[in-house]
Amino acid sequence: MENIQNFQLLWFFLIAFLFLGYALLDGFDLGIGILLPFVGKSKEEKDILINSIGPVWDGNEVWLVTGTGALFAAFPHAYATALSGFYPAMLLVLFALIFRAVSMEFRAHDEGRAWLWEKALLAGSGLATLLFGVALGNVIYGVPLDYKMEFTGSIFTLLRPVPLLFGVVALAAILMQGASYAVLKTEDELQLRCRRALGIILWVNMATAAVYFVVMAFIFPSLLSNALFYVAILLSMLGLAEILFSLRNENDQALFWKSSLFFLGLWIAATAAHFPNLIKSVDAPHLSITIYNGSTTLYTLQVMSVIALTGMPIVISYTIFVYRIFKGKVQARHY
Amino acid sequence: MDALILARLQFAFTVGFHFLFPAMTLGTSLVILFSETLYLVKKEVVYRKITDFLARLLGLIFVVGTATGITMEFSFGMNWSGYSRVVGDIFGPILAAEAVIAFFLEAVFIGVLIFGRNKVSPRVYWLSALLVFVGGHLSAFWILAANSWMQTPAGYEITATGKIVLSSFSQALLNPSTVIRFFHTVMASWMTCAIMIAGIAGYYVRKGLHGETAKMMLKIGIILFAVTPLVQLSLGHLHAIQVIETQPEKAAAMEGLFETTKGAPLYLAGYVDQQNEKTYGIYIPRMLSFLYNFNSNSEIKGLREFPKDNWPPVNLVFQAYHVMVGVGMLAIFMGLLGLFLLIKNKLFETNKYLYVLPFLIPLPHIAHETGWIAAEVGRQPWIIYKLMKTADGASVVVSANQLVFSLIMFFLIYSLLFAMFAYLFFKIVKNGPEE
Repeated sequence: MENIQNFQLLWFFLIAFLFLGYALLDGFDLGIGILLPFVGKSKEEKDILINSIGPVWDGNEVWLVTGTGALFAAFPHAYATALSGFYPAMLLVLFALIFRAVSMEFRAHDEGRAWLWEKALLAGSGLATLLFGVALGNVIYGVPLDYKMEFTGSIFTLLRPVPLLFGVVALAAILMQGASYAVLKTEDELQLRCRRALGIILWVNMATAAVYFVVMAFIFPSLLSNALFYVAILLSMLGLAEILFSLRNENDQALFWKSSLFFLGLWIAATAAHFPNLIKSVDAPHLSITIYNGSTTLYTLQVMSVIALTGMPIVISYTIFVYRIFKGKVQARHY
Repeated sequence: MDALILARLQFAFTVGFHFLFPAMTLGTSLVILFSETLYLVKKEVVYRKITDFLARLLGLIFVVGTATGITMEFSFGMNWSGYSRVVGDIFGPILAAEAVIAFFLEAVFIGVLIFGRNKVSPRVYWLSALLVFVGGHLSAFWILAANSWMQTPAGYEITATGKIVLSSFSQALLNPSTVIRFFHTVMASWMTCAIMIAGIAGYYVRKGLHGETAKMMLKIGIILFAVTPLVQLSLGHLHAIQVIETQPEKAAAMEGLFETTKGAPLYLAGYVDQQNEKTYGIYIPRMLSFLYNFNSNSEIKGLREFPKDNWPPVNLVFQAYHVMVGVGMLAIFMGLLGLFLLIKNKLFETNKYLYVLPFLIPLPHIAHETGWIAAEVGRQPWIIYKLMKTADGASVVVSANQLVFSLIMFFLIYSLLFAMFAYLFFKIVKNGPEE
C-alpha cells in the first residue's frame, strides 16, 4: 500500500462516501424543510415536522463539513477550483444553509414571525438542494478550465441545461428522502398527508430518474459497457418499486431505506461516470483535475486515512446511538 | 478598492462575527457540565434548572455558530484558493480531522442536550453534556492548531518545485504556538461565559427573580469570573513570551517598539506614528524587558531589525493589543471585587455591583476580538509566517465586483442574524429558568 495511487483511489471513494452520507442524512432534513408548508397545516403539525429533524440536523450537516474538509485535505486543487470558480453559486449555498440552520431555531423562539422563518426554511432548504445538484452536475459534465486548473467560465456556464437537470434530479430525490422520513416520524392525518405527498414525489422521481439515466448514458457512452451503471439503474428501480409497494401496503417502516437505495443508485451512476475525474474539463480532457494530478502527498493521504478510518466508525456508532434515542413518532412539544 | 483588500475585509468580518459564538459555546458547555455533574451527585433541582436554562441559550448560540462556521470552511476555497492549493497538504488534514474527531461529537450530542432531557437517563444526559464539552474543546484545539500553523509553521518541507508539503503531522499540529494559543483562547471563552452568566444572574438577583436558581447561577458565575481573568493573565504572559521569541516583529508591533532595546519600556496606552517610527504614550520604563524574563535589562528586538515591507500595520496591532490587555485588567478587578463581595456575604445585596454586571457582558467579546486582530494583523504581510504572502493566497478568479457584492450580502445577512440573535437572547433571558 505504499503506492500513492492506492490512496488517491481510497480518497476518491471516501469523499464520495462522505458526500453520500451528507445527501442521505441531511437530505431528509432539507426535504422536510421544503415540504413543511405543503404537508403541515396547523402550527402543531409543523412543530412535529420540525421536531422530527431538530435533534439531528446539526450532526447531519457535519457530513458536509467533513466531506469538504476531506476534499481540501486530499484534493486541494479540486476544492480550490470549485469553490473559487463557482463563487456566486457557492455564496448562495452558504446563504441558503445559513437561513436553513437559523430559521428552525428562530421559529421556535419567535412565534409571532413563525410564518417568515418557515419561508426562510423552505427557501434555504430548496435553494441549497438545487445548488448542490447543479454544482455536482457541473463538475461531472465538465467546466472550462485553464492549464493552471482555474475555472474560466461564468455564472452562465454553471446554468447550462445538463447541470440544471442534475439540480432538478437532486431536488426530486431529496424531497423523497424528506417525505419518507416524515412518514416514518408522524401519525394520523399528518402522516396521511405525508404519505400522499410521497406518492406524488415517487412519480416525479420515476420521471427524473429515467431522464437522468438516459442523459448519463448519452453523455458518457462508456457507461454502457460498465456493469456498475446497470447495478445503479437496478438499485434505483428497486428502491422506487419498493416504495410503491410500501405505500400500497401502508408499511412505512423501511421507507426511508428504500428511498436511500434509490438515491444510492443515482450516486453510483454519477460516481462511475466521474471517476477518476474530480472536475472535468469540458473541452480539453487533459486539463481535467483528477485524483492523480489534484491530490496532496502520500504522507498526508496516509495520515488522513488513519484519522478517517478510525474516526468515522466511531462517529457512525454514536450517531446510531443518538438516532435510537430519538426513534419513534414525534410529539409537538419538546422544551 | 482592489480585490485583495476586499477579500481580507470579508474574511476579517466573517470570522470576527463567527468567533463571537464559539467563544460563548465553550464556556457555556463548561458550566452546563458543572451544574449537570452537581445535579447528578446532589440531585438538587436547582442545578437541573440551571442546566436547562443554559442548554436553551446554548441551542441559540450553537446554531448561529454552526451557520456562520460553514462560511469559514468554504472561504478558504472561495476567497483564498491560492493559499488552499499550497497548504492542502497541511492545513487541509487539520480542518478535516477537526470535523471527524471533534465537530461531529459536539454536533451530534448537542441534540441530546437540547431535546433529550426526558428521553434519556440522567447518566446519559450527563454523558452528553460531557461529550459536548469535550467535542467543543477538541474542536477549538484543531482550529487553533490550524491557525497557529500559519503563525509559527512547523513539520513541513519545501519541495524543488516550491510546494509546501507535510513532513511531520505531529510537529505541524503541535507547532511552537499551538498549545499556548489553545489555552489562551479557551480561557478567553470561559471568561466570556463567566461574565455572561454573572451578568444574567446579577440582573435576576437585583430584580428578585428566580430565587435560589439565580443566586446559585450568580455564585458560579462570580467564582469563574474571579478565577478566569487571573489565569488568563498568566496564560497571556506566556503567550507574549512565545510571540517575542517566535514572531519578534509582531511582538514589537504590539508594543510599538522600533529600536532594539535593552530595558524596553511597557506602554499602558498610546499612539504609534509608523511613518516617523515613533511611539507616544504613558509607559513604565524597563517593564517590558522585566516581564519578558524578569530581567529589566534584557534585550527586546525592535521593528527596525526587519525589512520595512515585512512590517504589519503597527498602530492597529498596538491599539488592538492594548485594548485587549486593558479589558483583561478591568475584568480582573471586577471579578475579584465580585468574589470579595461573595466572601463577605454582601454580593446579593450590593445593587450597584449587580447593576453594573450585565453591562460587562460585551467586554470579553471586545477582548477576544481585539486579541484576535492583534494576532492576525500582527502576522501581516504573511498569510503563513515567512513562507507565503497574503497577497499570493487570494483567489485569482474572484473579481473585485464579486467581492463587493458578497461583502455587502454578508454584512446585511449577518446584521440580521445579529439582531435576531440579540432579540432572542434577551427573550430567553427574560423568560428565565423554570420556576
